[in-house]
Amino acid sequence: MVSGHYERAAGPPPPPVVTKLLIAGGFGVGKTTLVGSISEVRPLRTEEDLSELGVGVDDTTSVELKRTTTVAMDFGRITFPSGVVLYLFGTPGQERFWFMWDELAFGALGAVVLADTRRLPDCFSSIDYFERRDTPFVVAANHFDGSPVYDLADIRDALDLDSDVPVLLCDARRCESVKEVLIASVAHALTRHQAAARR
Amino acid sequence: MTGDEQWLDREAGPVVRPYAVTRGRTRPRGVTVGLIDLVVSAGRHSAEARGLGPEHRRLLGLCGSPITPADLASEADLPLGVVRVLVGDLQERGLVTVAASAGGSSQDEKVLRSVLDGLRTL
Repeated sequence: MVSGHYERAAGPPPPPVVTKLLIAGGFGVGKTTLVGSISEVRPLRTEEDLSELGVGVDDTTSVELKRTTTVAMDFGRITFPSGVVLYLFGTPGQERFWFMWDELAFGALGAVVLADTRRLPDCFSSIDYFERRDTPFVVAANHFDGSPVYDLADIRDALDLDSDVPVLLCDARRCESVKEVLIASVAHALTRHQAAARR
Repeated sequence: MTGDEQWLDREAGPVVRPYAVTRGRTRPRGVTVGLIDLVVSAGRHSAEARGLGPEHRRLLGLCGSPITPADLASEADLPLGVVRVLVGDLQERGLVTVAASAGGSSQDEKVLRSVLDGLRTL
């Protein structure tokens, strides 16, 4: 009994507690940028040239500058001093990669739906997906240079969101801004969790 | 990508096609490891490691402390699908053990609070 206690104390450190958040949204909305802004590791991703893969598939009407699309996933990691590790996974933007979503969503704390106010309908499918799965999510409208600034209430109305779903503005290029989005997402998940526990 | 652009070094991609290192296998033999499951070396490196390819050994070398397949793919610069096949091989030989990450961890208030605190003090 006593010796067992000491053996354990001298053993390897306990394995880290790992968890994940999903970053979803339409093609070209800034998921890769968002993950890259806060991750401590080189993002894991596979990019393919759009000229071969995306012809007739990707809607690039207002994203003329983007030539490649992420076909696998974005992956980022944040390690906290407590030993908890948070992984960020960007969901593949195009519908033909939806087979990957269920695995990504399994066990996720929650999700961020990144929206481009110039193309709001692009995030309808992500919102539908998380509503159906009952995954807590927030909507973050990514600001692009030259895009009009909308009122958050207008965005909420346009997306027909439940009143409890947080909506915020963000700049995916800025770490501080991304941090606020992640905090909002986890805080919302916690609120939902506590509400469910009281029921 | 313009036509006259030259691809050099990493830009040119791997010399060996990714699935050549799995001998064409795209799925692991056993249970597929999850993206954030924890893979750790079982500490046996002699007889069981015979006949392993360099990629197997490279992954095994990264499993000294628990590591996720997502991190392995990033560290070894291999596609996730390839990592899954190779980890499956290592697992089959008893060279690594895999601990499933808590599915439905969203149920755990302690984890949520800890992530929230962590983000706030970043």
